[in-house]
Amino acid sequence: MHNKSVAELSRELESGQISSVELTQQFLGRIKQEDGKYNSFITVTEEQALADARAADEQRAGGNATPWTGIPFAHKDIFCTNGVRTTCGSRMLENFVPPYDATVTANFRQAGAVCLGKTNMDEFAMGSSTESSYFGATTNPWGLGRGDKRVPGGSSGGSAAAVAARLVPAATATDTGGSIRQPAALCGITGLKPTYGRVSRYGMIAFASSLDQGGTMARTAEDNALMLNVMAGFDPRDSTSLDREVPDYTAALNEPLKGLKIGLPKEYFSDQLSPVMEQQVRDAVKEYEKLGATVKEVSLPNAKLAIAAYYVIAPAEASANLSRFDGVRYGYRCDDPKDLTDLYTRTRAEGFGNEVKRRILVGTYALSAGYFDAYYLKAQKVRRLIQQDFINAFKEVDVLMSPTTPSPAFVQGEKTNDPVTMYLEDVFTIAINLAGIPAMSVPAGFVDGLPVGLQIIGDYFSEARLLNAAHQFQQVTDWHQREPQ
Amino acid sequence: MTISRKDIEKVAVLARIRVDEAQISALEKDLGNILDLVDQLGAADTDAVVPMAHPLDAVQRLRADEVTETNQREAFQAIAPATGNGLYLVPRVIE
Repeated sequence: MHNKSVAELSRELESGQISSVELTQQFLGRIKQEDGKYNSFITVTEEQALADARAADEQRAGGNATPWTGIPFAHKDIFCTNGVRTTCGSRMLENFVPPYDATVTANFRQAGAVCLGKTNMDEFAMGSSTESSYFGATTNPWGLGRGDKRVPGGSSGGSAAAVAARLVPAATATDTGGSIRQPAALCGITGLKPTYGRVSRYGMIAFASSLDQGGTMARTAEDNALMLNVMAGFDPRDSTSLDREVPDYTAALNEPLKGLKIGLPKEYFSDQLSPVMEQQVRDAVKEYEKLGATVKEVSLPNAKLAIAAYYVIAPAEASANLSRFDGVRYGYRCDDPKDLTDLYTRTRAEGFGNEVKRRILVGTYALSAGYFDAYYLKAQKVRRLIQQDFINAFKEVDVLMSPTTPSPAFVQGEKTNDPVTMYLEDVFTIAINLAGIPAMSVPAGFVDGLPVGLQIIGDYFSEARLLNAAHQFQQVTDWHQREPQ
Repeated sequence: MTISRKDIEKVAVLARIRVDEAQISALEKDLGNILDLVDQLGAADTDAVVPMAHPLDAVQRLRADEVTETNQREAFQAIAPATGNGLYLVPRVIE
């Protein structure tokens, strides 16, 4: 049962083969039994889930079901859930119980889905390994069978590990610089970061507002499409939400790929990429050629500047966004503040972890008097150059393909002492966020028993085409069905 | 690009984060490394480039000036560290 996709489970609920209560009990049982090994959940909401499952079964019996009615899933602990604590992986929000739902949360509730809990993440989504969580690191299910403790990637490592370990069939996630695609790649699942503005950011705890985008994680492309059907859409409560029609993302999944023009950015097949990884990715591209696609090399000449631009823009925006955590209205407050300044500075020193503090300090520096033009403005200009590269590439090809990461999952602790080495994990994903275009990571093989992700990048609002390309690949490969032992 | 001890102390004040003496040398190294990485931006010729704030160059939407939210003070203050008489309490600022 736990190996079935959302689409399959939805059909079984519809035909009455299983009830949502049974399904929910089964997945809750798996979380209880297995999650001690992974620490992929921060909070499990058993009682609420069972109540929601009963309501879903009644709704289905009443003939008012959506494809999601009664389907268990999980939210990354960055999406506010009314009445259920939302920590963002931080001590700052350890006991924060939001008085409202994020739009994404409300959408799944409306669709009748059953949330089993909140998944672990790097603190405030700043990280690529889910090791900076105040609630302890998440461990990748892959490699664990041989005693190998590897990172699941991050920041959405809890969602990725939970889906890979079959604790839930799907989970929400967010991606600011690669936080959906990199963990999806490292955990051998399928993830999609939509076009910036496609999914509402309302109630999604802000990190870098011009880059943050909610998205999907599941084992199959089809399930990602089902998720996006629930999540995408205009939201007047998000000032950068885009008012565009939302297609049925499952409608084009079965379109043939004959004639699809694939571009391979030469900068993403550089010496940063290990030869064995490259082989896996090139083999995946060959599968596409068998499906009728054509392949050519393209260039993204400014892509090499993406990490530098990102590490100005993201910390600068983070320093502004995280100024709201001051110990006054909600969240952590230090003991016995002696005055207001002490309240602010000690609350923030004690409530934030090291990586979050580093980024706030870098961002504050970049925005401080005398540095704004040299850093933030310069980075925003480079951002446009990076975007222009993608616009030019999409004049020649329909999609771009590359590895999602330079190497497979690394061992826990390997990169925690060197922030810059950790930042380079996102070398192939970060430019996509700067440009604001959509991209996926799709399982495409293994290196030393660890999953490899193929990144598929598309033009603005091309989510349906990306999902189609991923789905067709998954009809002729079974990488996405492999289960960690 | 190096960042000095003095810069770090100044930025910590601006960011309202208390930084202990013991943490400063580690921050000097880490922030210095991050700024080294960022300095690659200097290589790009951006003289004629317009800065990009939104990927689709969308501008802030305006809405009609109508009341859309109701008062939820009790719900919001229920999660505050300290309140009294409907106010948020902080240490005394004016003696």
